[in-house]
Amino acid sequence: MSSLLKSIGIGAVVIAVLYLVNQMMSATGFFGVGIDDYQARLLVFIGINIILATSLNLINGFTGQFSIGHAGFMAVGAYSSAYFTVTYGRSLEATFAGLGETVASSIVLLIAILIGALVAAVAGLIVGIPSLRLKGDYLAIVTLGFAEIIRIVILNIDAVGGATGYQVPGYANFLWIGIFAVITVVVIHNIVKSDAGRALVSIREDELAAEAMGVNTTRYKVTSFVIGSSFAGVAGVLFAHYNKFLSTNDFQFIKSFEIIIMIVIGGMGSMTGAILGAIVVTLLPELLRQLPDLQVGATTFKFADLRLVIFALILILTMILRPQGILGTAEIGSFLKRFRRADKPTGGLAP
Amino acid sequence: MDTFVQQLINGLTIGSIYALIALGYTMVYGILRLINFAHGDIYMVGAYAGFMIALSLGFADNPSAMGFVVTLVGSMIIAAAIGMAIERFAYRPVRKYSKMTTLITAIGMSLLIEYLFVFFFSGTPRSFPQLLPNENITLFGNATISTSQILIFVVSIALMMVLQYIIFKTKIGKAMRAVSFNITSAKLMGINTDFVIAFTFALGSALAAAGGVLTAQYNPKIEPLMGIMTGLKAFVAAVLGGIGNIPGAVLGGLLIGAAETLVVGYGSSIGIPSTYRDAVAFAILILVLLIRPAGLLGSNVQEKV
Repeated sequence: MSSLLKSIGIGAVVIAVLYLVNQMMSATGFFGVGIDDYQARLLVFIGINIILATSLNLINGFTGQFSIGHAGFMAVGAYSSAYFTVTYGRSLEATFAGLGETVASSIVLLIAILIGALVAAVAGLIVGIPSLRLKGDYLAIVTLGFAEIIRIVILNIDAVGGATGYQVPGYANFLWIGIFAVITVVVIHNIVKSDAGRALVSIREDELAAEAMGVNTTRYKVTSFVIGSSFAGVAGVLFAHYNKFLSTNDFQFIKSFEIIIMIVIGGMGSMTGAILGAIVVTLLPELLRQLPDLQVGATTFKFADLRLVIFALILILTMILRPQGILGTAEIGSFLKRFRRADKPTGGLAP
Repeated sequence: MDTFVQQLINGLTIGSIYALIALGYTMVYGILRLINFAHGDIYMVGAYAGFMIALSLGFADNPSAMGFVVTLVGSMIIAAAIGMAIERFAYRPVRKYSKMTTLITAIGMSLLIEYLFVFFFSGTPRSFPQLLPNENITLFGNATISTSQILIFVVSIALMMVLQYIIFKTKIGKAMRAVSFNITSAKLMGINTDFVIAFTFALGSALAAAGGVLTAQYNPKIEPLMGIMTGLKAFVAAVLGGIGNIPGAVLGGLLIGAAETLVVGYGSSIGIPSTYRDAVAFAILILVLLIRPAGLLGSNVQEKV
């Protein structure tokens, strides 16, 4: 019972902190302390990227199935939920208007998230069942191909704007994005620590051995793929309803690669690593933007354009020098623990 | 009928380019079991190298056969050098690690090349100079073929014959076949495998660069990200033909090219809009991998490079 109370307490504190930050983002600020729009946007994208990175980490890092089509599922979630809110959002809001404006729009957003997650999960199932028969680089290419097909299909649906883009009502704010980032981390952490998580890790380590030990590898692989995809869908929903505009250009290969970079930098198979990677990948381009432009003759070189060059170099150098990623499969906490243990006197054994 | 012939000519033109690039994918995969993601970008590098050569040597102003040959060969040499450098500095250090590590390195390499070019040449498309006079020749009815299309056919067939000669008639070709058959035994037989792998990268990159210059003659718009889609389709071509199989890569390339233009030409009559053009290759890929992962020629042919 006390652990339940503890969880509720932690949850309340997390929500309170997120609420506080969210209030700071409003025009008036929180008791005069404000966060400007630029910083607010960065915080929001860190949240969305944490959802994307941790969910892809479940598939790539913990189950060892190399998917490079995560942006496709994000697109499915974004567009399906956006179609729902554009079509039914207003009337639903009117239905719940009696509960107050904030509650009504929150209900619409939660339904949208549910829809986005479900549709993305179904897409994950449809893609996952045939693809997961393949291994390694073939699986990678097929997921890439599926993501691109999804993008082209969406591009050809006129009901969601087609090539011109899609206007979406802005139901999502930092509070909801923060809450769902925390939910994603907690859910995936719990999956990984459960029996099912052990099965997933055993598939990563040796699929044949896992199967010999009685693990239903196909079922676990598909399940992890579906869960990962549905969280990518949630990220898509939040992105759509925060950005208020969707274009299929937001979901090209490069987006999938960006999510890969996040988990590779952090270390595949590390929760804290994925979160760290999401933060680095979101903030690094902004730091580069601070650098002045370089003028050589008639041409100007913008350092902001170097963002992907630097990511690519980090990716290659990480693979050459530390192929398991910065943290590998370890967590930040375990380093701290080891550090603390080393500090303590070891008792009577010391000479 | 005329339009069908026209579509087929256009399809085989693009298909020949895919085939040239697919050869590089298939050779590298045959030897290292590595999908060289950066290979499509080498095709782009080839086009830009040709662009720089043509501009700096003044071939752009007075078109001549000499200028075209120098541009083509020059860009092939530059691309071969870059291909070998990539292998030496990025792929060789990770060769001992898992497949996933090499694949991520290849993705990183691809991004690095693309965005270095965006940084130095900016993302704006450049116009490739016309190195040879281009005319349309009417075949029969309304079907036409342009001289740049004929050039693509002639040069790519010639290059494929050269490749065939290198692989089957020379000592280094024999070494390549040995390494692709079994790298450890090849090493025990005294073959310098590192050199053979570097040579394979050089050969594949040169073919891709030739594809880049030829495409630029046909469709003069070049940009730093042009290699992504073309590279992926060429990879699909390699898988369709049976990856690791050289005739398969050529067959796959031609089939993908033809399928793509036929969808653009006739797809709308069976409910597939022409905007699905880029999805065709991926749909083919998924079907091949699910139905016959070895590819069309994959299991029957023994010789793999």
